[in-house]
Amino acid sequence: MAPALRRAAIVGGNRIPFARSGKRYAQASTQDMLTAAIDGLVARYGLQGERVGEVAAGAVLKHSRDLNLTREAVLSTALAPTTPAYDVQQACGTGLEAAVLVANKIALGQVDSAIAGGTDSASDAPIAVDEGLRRVLLDLGHARTPQQKLKAISRLRPGNLVPAPPRNSEPRTGLSMGEHMAITAAERRIPRQAQDELALASHRNLTAAYDRGFFDDLVTPYLGLKRDDNLRPDSTLEKLSSLQPVFGRSGRAADLAEPTMTAGNSTPLTDGAAVVLLASDEWAEQRRLPVLAHLVDAETAAVDYVHGGDGLLMAGAHAVPRLLERNGLTLQDFDLYEIHEAFAATVLAVLDVWNDEEYCRERLGLPAALGTIDRSKLNVAGSSLATGHPFAATGARILASTAKLLSERGGGRALISICAAGGQGVTAIVEA
Amino acid sequence: MPTQPTDRYAQFVGTAPGTWLSSQLGLPRPAELRRAQPGKRVLDGPALVVGTGLAPLRADLADLLRAAGTDVLDELPEEAADHGGRLAAIVVDATGLREVAELEQVRAAVVPAFRRLAPSGRLLVVAAAVDEAATVAAAAVQQGLEGFVRSAAKEARAGATANLVRVRAGASAADWASTVEFFCSGRSAYVDGQVVTVGPAPAAAPAQERERPVAVVTGAAQGIGAAIAEALARGGAHVVCVDIAAQGEALAQVANRVGGTALHLDITSASAPAALAEHLRTRHGGADVIVHNAGITRDKLLVNTDADRWASVLEVNLAAELRIDDALLETEGALHAGARFVCLSSLSGIAGNRGQVNYSTSKAGVIGAVRAMAPLLAKRGMTANAVAPGFIETAMTARMPVATREMGRRANSLQQGGRPEDVAETVAWLADPRSRGVNGQVVRVCGQSLLGA
Ligand SMILES: NC(=O)c1ccc[n+]([C@@H]2O[C@H](COP(=O)([O-])OP(=O)(O)OC[C@H]3O[C@@H](n4cnc5c(N)ncnc54)[C@H](O)[C@@H]3O)[C@@H](O)[C@H]2O)c1
Repeated sequence: MAPALRRAAIVGGNRIPFARSGKRYAQASTQDMLTAAIDGLVARYGLQGERVGEVAAGAVLKHSRDLNLTREAVLSTALAPTTPAYDVQQACGTGLEAAVLVANKIALGQVDSAIAGGTDSASDAPIAVDEGLRRVLLDLGHARTPQQKLKAISRLRPGNLVPAPPRNSEPRTGLSMGEHMAITAAERRIPRQAQDELALASHRNLTAAYDRGFFDDLVTPYLGLKRDDNLRPDSTLEKLSSLQPVFGRSGRAADLAEPTMTAGNSTPLTDGAAVVLLASDEWAEQRRLPVLAHLVDAETAAVDYVHGGDGLLMAGAHAVPRLLERNGLTLQDFDLYEIHEAFAATVLAVLDVWNDEEYCRERLGLPAALGTIDRSKLNVAGSSLATGHPFAATGARILASTAKLLSERGGGRALISICAAGGQGVTAIVEA
Repeated sequence: MPTQPTDRYAQFVGTAPGTWLSSQLGLPRPAELRRAQPGKRVLDGPALVVGTGLAPLRADLADLLRAAGTDVLDELPEEAADHGGRLAAIVVDATGLREVAELEQVRAAVVPAFRRLAPSGRLLVVAAAVDEAATVAAAAVQQGLEGFVRSAAKEARAGATANLVRVRAGASAADWASTVEFFCSGRSAYVDGQVVTVGPAPAAAPAQERERPVAVVTGAAQGIGAAIAEALARGGAHVVCVDIAAQGEALAQVANRVGGTALHLDITSASAPAALAEHLRTRHGGADVIVHNAGITRDKLLVNTDADRWASVLEVNLAAELRIDDALLETEGALHAGARFVCLSSLSGIAGNRGQVNYSTSKAGVIGAVRAMAPLLAKRGMTANAVAPGFIETAMTARMPVATREMGRRANSLQQGGRPEDVAETVAWLADPRSRGVNGQVVRVCGQSLLGA
């Protein structure tokens, strides 16, 4: 018989400061960073030698040698070596999806405690060999006679020796994520200034949060870096508006509107890792650990961005109404909103469609528009435009910060939405 | 681990040519000090335990050392005896001495034994409290013992030390046991020429100790603080390692090494006292030991000391500490019954130091605070003591100019710098549940520095 469900508690989180790729963490691997993030969490909550129920984490840019990335990281930490672990990968949704997976196991009573998170390095990204070279190497390995070996090698062409770096483009469309977003931004006519304002707010909110010590128990410095190095405390609207657009300068987006997306209102390639500690209330209480909030429910959606009319990063807009309906809530029933800032335009486009009667009816199958939200409740401690966005790490960063924000205000409800490559979106409700 | 500066001179004189050269030139010859190791006995050879006068504590002293696995002798062994007749310790009970003429008994007992003191041996004189002496002569005699011990400490060779423990009326063997053990053991390697008074444990002390006491160490990310965290954890404590957020990486490593927890807290922030009190109450059900170790220097000559340099040093080293103490003492549940405060002072706070007016003021202030707190805390079964390190080999002293560093290293009876663990072991002794009778004391860990002696 299935045991009664219990809500998973969010005890706390830890991340290393995020670094722009090729800089402070250029020499660190995803495993190094995940290990550091977990070790900081272990130190904060005194989990040395503890067998945690499970650790679920992943990386989007993953080396083939890291086939057991999370378990290998766990073995390098101060956790008990008997702690099981597995890898999760759902593009930028990885961290939140991992948290949902372990929260469900906690809810079912299958584990009492778990760590979820993610790590990514754009500096140390895997570089694949050319497909022709790969075939030659495989055949060479299978060859038995010298003649067979020679035959395999003779197929090599100089062009085969050029390595293939990882692609930041959708395999089915060949377009980069930024170009996809630029199309949506152009379709929705998201103004440049609104994007710059959102970026500015992100930097201001993150700076203020750091200054008031909000991250003192959420971040542990790494390799000498103490704050996210993408953070621009002195950024201004003038500076942001002076930047040249980098996406949407050609193709369909350019046909529709002037380009609006710049390096200032788009997230940079970033390195980093983040983890969050979840548990049953009893597990936390036995160890006198805090319960910041509970993970109440989650919903993941995917859109047909290849043939359908939805933008690549718009799946969150689809997941949220389903989540609201299941929980008997309206879009306005939240004290905080955390919408991942892949691009400023992503956040604005999602808010825009929710307030669009036609979109809500036709695309989301709703009777009416979801309406607007109080913008002062959005990303109040800054988000990815300021912190940077090491893909798989973002979910745990957002979940831990959200839980702490709720706990600080003495209770409340928050909505989290994270868009991901492949036209997916992971969303969740957190309550304290 | 942070790299500690190496004392190349000490390494050189440890070699055969080095020994020859330094003795020809009359240069200092620092000995390698005996230090405590887990599983090692308090003493690694026999102890001569002598009574002078009535010697009311002699039997208890002998029992204590015997229980610690020491071979106790009541008279000097033959030269040919085990260890070549060498003594690991000479312990003299002088508590019963009242008349000046009786001091001869101390001379007579110590003189033949002193030359037999083994390397890193101990001369420990147990005396009475001067302010409890019944007559002027008794007070003079008991005070006189301090001069005896301090001079003997300067003459002791090869890492041997001499210290004096005063036992107040009413203190039982259980009250001074941890202190006598400390001074005999390798844990006091760099504590030399010191006088410590032990009284009866306060009546308000808790009947039962916690199985895993909780200790807070500020500035635990590196140096002396990290060593203190390690020493307290070895003693069975859960250590809450506190340091500023910017030190979080090193702090996490210390916390994970000692099986404790890391807490990012700038002790000078306005919210720090309440945040720490709340953390200790909710996460640990109260702390048993508070070690104020976080400290900074901003050295400048007095004439160049501006308001900023002054304020920052006084804030971290003194003001923050006082605010935190107040909050912990006022917050119900922040401290466990019988909590112990140990505060890091400095030799600069006792002797003064050129270029350190701000630092010396703050560290002398720490001593004042500890002395004022002690009687108040005693009523609650708690204690406060100060530890004043001399020249300790840390990242801080590694940054000193070579000449200053060499001076600091050699200008003490042991002719070398101490190690962070020497300070840490002293803190651990003061935090030991058995050391409840030690209150309001200032203990220097300085190898009997020539400064401020
Ligand atoms: N090293 C010596 O020779 C020596 C001699 C005498 C006294 N002391 C005293 O011993 C103590 C430790 O000295 P050390 O040599 O290990 O110093 P250190 O500089 O290596 O370490 C001091 C630690 O305190 C932390 N700290 C500073 N300000 C803080 C704040 N506001 N909040 C929280 N943490 C803070 C620092 O980050 C650092 O980790 C200090 O109080 C020092 O004055 C040292």
